[in-house]
Amino acid sequence: MTIRFGGLTAVDSVSLEQNRGEILSLIGPNGAGKTTFFNLLTGVYQPNEGSIVFSGRNITKMKAYERTNFGIARTFQNIRLFKSMTVLENILVAHKDCNQETLLSAVLFPGRIVKRRKAVIEKCLELLDVVGLADMKEELATSLPYGKQRLLEIARGLATDPQLLLLDEPGAGMNNLEKEELTRVVHHITKKMERDVLIIEHDMKFVMNISDRIIVLDHGMKIAEGLPHEIQNDKKVIQAYLGSGTFKDDDE
Amino acid sequence: MVGDREAKMKSIKLTTGTKTILLGIFTAALFIVPFIIKDTYILHVIISCFIYSCLALSLNLIIGLTGQFSLGHVTFYGMGAYITALLMMKASMSFWLTILISAAGVGIFGYLLALPALNLRGDYLAVVTLGFGEVFRLFLVNAIDITRGPMGIPGIPSPKIGSFVINTKQEYYFLALIILIAVVIFVRRLIISGFGLSMLCVKEDDVAASAIGIYPRKYKLWAFVIGAVIAGIMGSFYAVYMSFISPSSFQYGESITMVSMVILGGMGSIAGPILGACILTVLPEALRSFSEYRMIIYGAALVIMMIFKPNGIWGLDKRVRNIYMLQAGRGVKNGKSASGIQCDNSLRRADSGR
Repeated sequence: MTIRFGGLTAVDSVSLEQNRGEILSLIGPNGAGKTTFFNLLTGVYQPNEGSIVFSGRNITKMKAYERTNFGIARTFQNIRLFKSMTVLENILVAHKDCNQETLLSAVLFPGRIVKRRKAVIEKCLELLDVVGLADMKEELATSLPYGKQRLLEIARGLATDPQLLLLDEPGAGMNNLEKEELTRVVHHITKKMERDVLIIEHDMKFVMNISDRIIVLDHGMKIAEGLPHEIQNDKKVIQAYLGSGTFKDDDE
Repeated sequence: MVGDREAKMKSIKLTTGTKTILLGIFTAALFIVPFIIKDTYILHVIISCFIYSCLALSLNLIIGLTGQFSLGHVTFYGMGAYITALLMMKASMSFWLTILISAAGVGIFGYLLALPALNLRGDYLAVVTLGFGEVFRLFLVNAIDITRGPMGIPGIPSPKIGSFVINTKQEYYFLALIILIAVVIFVRRLIISGFGLSMLCVKEDDVAASAIGIYPRKYKLWAFVIGAVIAGIMGSFYAVYMSFISPSSFQYGESITMVSMVILGGMGSIAGPILGACILTVLPEALRSFSEYRMIIYGAALVIMMIFKPNGIWGLDKRVRNIYMLQAGRGVKNGKSASGIQCDNSLRRADSGR
């Protein structure tokens, strides 16, 4: 896939494949094009060249909300929870059975959908349990500590029942304890729920721990791909992160 | 810890229970009012409160629930009034039929107006809707063949149920009250549904809403259509109630008053717009004797509100937590979840309070 903004080629013919149940990480120094690539996947931008195939269907032209309904959910680098809603409501609204409720049934026949509403609440409470926030369901989402807000956003993504979950810097701003919790949650998602996870991350230690496979971007190009220990020793990657060694690099 | 939780639940139970009772008593009292108060002027003020409450509630769906700053609500109101007036006068249709026609007509119009306007946001949308309101008013003034222009349409007949004619202030009071109750029930069911929650998502953050599979445009369009339909119905009522309508009743100042009602009362709630509507209807009447200072007091009140209570008197910050759960009905089953957290006590308690 390629995308250009004016003269700048932000992502230059990067291609990747993700296998089922895999934790794939996308790393790279600042400005490498990670987030742009991410936005291509989620439908914020349209690629100039190339296509995205998901579950055997070309989804390049799909809008963001259609992709979600097709099975790709995401979280945001800067947390975007619904501020006036509670923890539980933030998850509820992401569930199809809640947000696809029709006006007619909601207003004229609320009695008929009571059962479905109960079921949705149950399912969402289970999801809250996965991220360990069930006992905070009455709190306003914004009153949670930062790390928990990130977990809540992941749970919200899961509520859309995705096959692929895209996490944009899930570890940013978390302390070590919270990162451990995050690792547990991500493993739960891939192992128990059998979903795929694609992570963009800065924190090397976290990435090396969690990933099944890693892809490294620099200046919009893929410079390496492989298992965590292969990446750790890759010359090109070290160079991209630390510079060529002859001058000081303030980038990272 | 457990005791704490218990105490908290009890207070929830109590408040939901007493709230329902108080609301019931209040509604019953509203039905008795016209038997006690015979003064037509006071009744007129109360009926105006009802009309504006409905208008503010419908505008609230557009501004408060989906966050679109529309300044053209009076267009829908006026259109409903003119459709009813013209159909009753020229085609001598029954009032009840014209209500349906004006609701449908204004709803379709709202849809057509929103279709292009929704590509704009914030101030731009406000300007477009404001401009459209003016275009509509100028049409009323200039299409003399149809609307009699600035002279207005006098002598609109009263609605009939069988041979019973709704004629006195008391009778109109009941009609207005019934419409208000219907609108409140409608809006309440909407707000606590998944549909309403989705609307709120669109208001708060439409990028995040798209990311969870909500199509923002759909909800924005619906908000416009529903808002327009309710405003159209109120217009129909206004036409028969006043029995005279003219373009001067539907100037842009009306739209601004409605927006102030929603903002002053509180966006996104039900009590808020009603409170705002009542205050901004009663206040100008009460201050009639100091009419020179009226706008000063009015302006000062709005400024003070904006500084000390930017969310309005009863806004989103007073939202009932997890209102969707109440809607799901009694006794949500005790679904023991993976780690067995006791998450369902509160559900049942909150429900039994209803």
